Amino acid sequence: MKLQEKNISENNFEQCIKCTVCTVYCPVVPLNPLYPGPKQAGPDGERLRLKGSDFYDDTLKYCMNCKRCEVACPSNVKIGDIIQHARMEYGRQKPSLRDRVLASTDFMGTMAVPFSPVVNWATSLRPTKAVLDAVMKVDKHREFPNYAKQTFEKWYRKHAEADQDRYLHHLTFFHGCYINYNYPQLGKDFVAVMNALGWGVHLQKGEKCCGVAMISNGLYKKAKKNAQVNVDNFRQSLQENRPVVGCSSTCIFTMRDEYPHVLGIENEEVRNHIDLATRFIYTLLDEGEIQLIFKKDWHRRVAYHTPCHMEKLGWAIYSESLLKLIPGIDFVHLESQCCGIAGTYGFKKENYKVSQGIGAPLFKQIEAAHLDFVSTDCETCKWQIEMSTGVPVKHPVSVLAEALDLEKTYQANNKTR
Amino acid sequence: MKFDTIIIGGGLTGLVCAISLQKRGQRCAVISAGQSALHFSSGSFDLLNCLPDGQPVTDPVEAFEALAPEHPYHKLGGMFEEYAERAKELLSDCGIGVEGSPRRNHYRYTPMGSLKPTWLTFSEFGIVQSVDEVPEGKVLVTNFAGFLDFNTKFIADALAARGADCRIAILNVPGVDRLRKSPTEMRASNIARTLESEETFQDFVEVLKKTAVGYDTVILPAVFGLKSEGIVLRLSAELPQKVQLLPTMPPSVPGIRTQMTLRRVFEQLGGVYILGDTVQAAVIEGTHVKTLYTANHVDFPFKADHVVLATGHFFSGGLVSDMDSVREPVFGCDVDFISDRSQWYGESPFADHRYFRFGVATGEDFRARRDGVPYDNLYAAGSVLSGADSRTEGSGAGVSMLTALRVADLILSAENPVA
Repeated sequence: MKLQEKNISENNFEQCIKCTVCTVYCPVVPLNPLYPGPKQAGPDGERLRLKGSDFYDDTLKYCMNCKRCEVACPSNVKIGDIIQHARMEYGRQKPSLRDRVLASTDFMGTMAVPFSPVVNWATSLRPTKAVLDAVMKVDKHREFPNYAKQTFEKWYRKHAEADQDRYLHHLTFFHGCYINYNYPQLGKDFVAVMNALGWGVHLQKGEKCCGVAMISNGLYKKAKKNAQVNVDNFRQSLQENRPVVGCSSTCIFTMRDEYPHVLGIENEEVRNHIDLATRFIYTLLDEGEIQLIFKKDWHRRVAYHTPCHMEKLGWAIYSESLLKLIPGIDFVHLESQCCGIAGTYGFKKENYKVSQGIGAPLFKQIEAAHLDFVSTDCETCKWQIEMSTGVPVKHPVSVLAEALDLEKTYQANNKTR
Repeated sequence: MKFDTIIIGGGLTGLVCAISLQKRGQRCAVISAGQSALHFSSGSFDLLNCLPDGQPVTDPVEAFEALAPEHPYHKLGGMFEEYAERAKELLSDCGIGVEGSPRRNHYRYTPMGSLKPTWLTFSEFGIVQSVDEVPEGKVLVTNFAGFLDFNTKFIADALAARGADCRIAILNVPGVDRLRKSPTEMRASNIARTLESEETFQDFVEVLKKTAVGYDTVILPAVFGLKSEGIVLRLSAELPQKVQLLPTMPPSVPGIRTQMTLRRVFEQLGGVYILGDTVQAAVIEGTHVKTLYTANHVDFPFKADHVVLATGHFFSGGLVSDMDSVREPVFGCDVDFISDRSQWYGESPFADHRYFRFGVATGEDFRARRDGVPYDNLYAAGSVLSGADSRTEGSGAGVSMLTALRVADLILSAENPVA
């Protein structure tokens, strides 16, 4: 009996009571019958794989790692983690050139930014898309995110860094690849909002890509290396008493939960100090530490889309609550549904149809709501929704930057200066 | 974050309580660790089907008096029938169509074709008022090819044994057939999602029209409408036959729809539904629960004036047992159980198992206790309560909904005491 009590397996897999609830919420299953579903791919398959690696099934690659199965599971089985582990442990397929390119957001960004006008122009051309489609198996329907003229880091060093020390409070900003290479404006918005709230924003030298795309494309060694560098950086940041804050729900989720669960990188001492921007701001507000003063003439109809990793974190409540605080907002509730992109998954030719099929019910909701824009914390959800619905998508921090009276907010929160 | 009431548990009990409070002006949050038992719904809601001595119940309102005095039904302030009516009303107001009365049980079909008494059944399901009644005329029991969770042979045999003129037909619908590539995933919920495509649905209607020629009643597995009901109405417009749904093995499509509908209604009323999270710690001052902390929100506090424990029975983790005791894991509330473990179980699976009646101890105020002292703002509702044996009594949904509504009333009267 004692044996049974102590025999707790990794990822709770023996807690599965075969109730099938996970399969109900898997976005892939109804669209791709080749995928055996989370129960079969996860705990059921794991039982067999423990007997012999020949039981590994290559169709596990169809899992998007959205973790909606884990959110639905009443028995706390880490279904998504079981599947990820199986792919790492038994997967025989080497990542293709395409997978490597899609996964290397950091490297591609560094290469592309200096030539961004040419790169953006070239990737938007039909012939380029056709070649990528045929040779690289990157679906031709996809629109590529543009690269910025200048990285966020460069902008920050030039225009913001010198000003940051004079604030009362200080944080480390994990900008991630998207803000750095594709959309520095969000980083600029973050600096503006946090400064107005009385917080100095600092970057760490040697920030590495969180590694989420590397994990999903099988580049585990590289992902582990990045993870270790980041965790070491965060430790140092904590020594300086600076929490780590980021805007991307996926980066934050990866660094808090995938590092220890999937990559085996220990992050216990820093985990609870890695925070998402909207949660960080809302917590300060809830504690009465800050004041938000909004513009009087700002009116928009907005819906919030819950990215899958945000659903897993359980943190949509912070972003939604912040948005709902804006007096001029007409807030529309969307049912939490996967948009279908799942990072690099939807870019792959073999997944394009499934990806759009998964997102279709969400797109319908969005189109029917007649919105000024959608707000979400994930950059790849943004690309997918913008491409598929034509409705613009903004990060909640950008919405705050737009809706706040930054000057008055600044005065209210920086009184002691 | 501050709420009037936080409900721990997002199943039938938690949502009914939350909707009832939110409708009457409270601001509520529901915290749920994963999805609920509604996903395994039979298609019916039981109130009281059988007394402890084995006697079947036809009129639950009349019969419930005979239950043991510690049964939750005796703690409803003498308003058993009123709460039963209000529960039905709440479901209807949410757009969940059900048939039945607390004054008279009807019979539902099981996925095996046998009959069981029950209180409320989804309007689109086939039911009978007595065991002698059978569907009208020539009956066709249909199923989708490859769908193993609906046993047409058992159902047809059971109907035939009661005198029905019954045949079986298997439907091949292209859009549904492609699910057969992965036989383990050929489940009710997946077929339902496939049939949401208008094209696949029209193909199905055409196949069914041809197959059903010459029959009076068509029986279909309940694999329609994850989002909204109305399949029977739609088919009645296209087919001359009478159409009825029968339940499948889990997952239950109408059960999932009920869960999603209740959650949607709660959220539309302004409630906050937190899924996939667990309450891990509570700050308690004296007998007052002040603050809750959860796994996902770590150090972020959830405060509430009232807290409802609607965490379910052993199955959903509302109760936990070790070798010689039974615990309530969130607050360590007092639990009614027998200390001699050998008394917990009966000898055969269908024997009386007393552990079914274990649960959180409360009085008529439904306030949970610690070491005999009631909390002043922590209530328990639904299957976490002691005193009911949902399995042998057939009282699961009734205990959930009636105690949920009672607790909502108690919370509101604590807020506004009558002078």
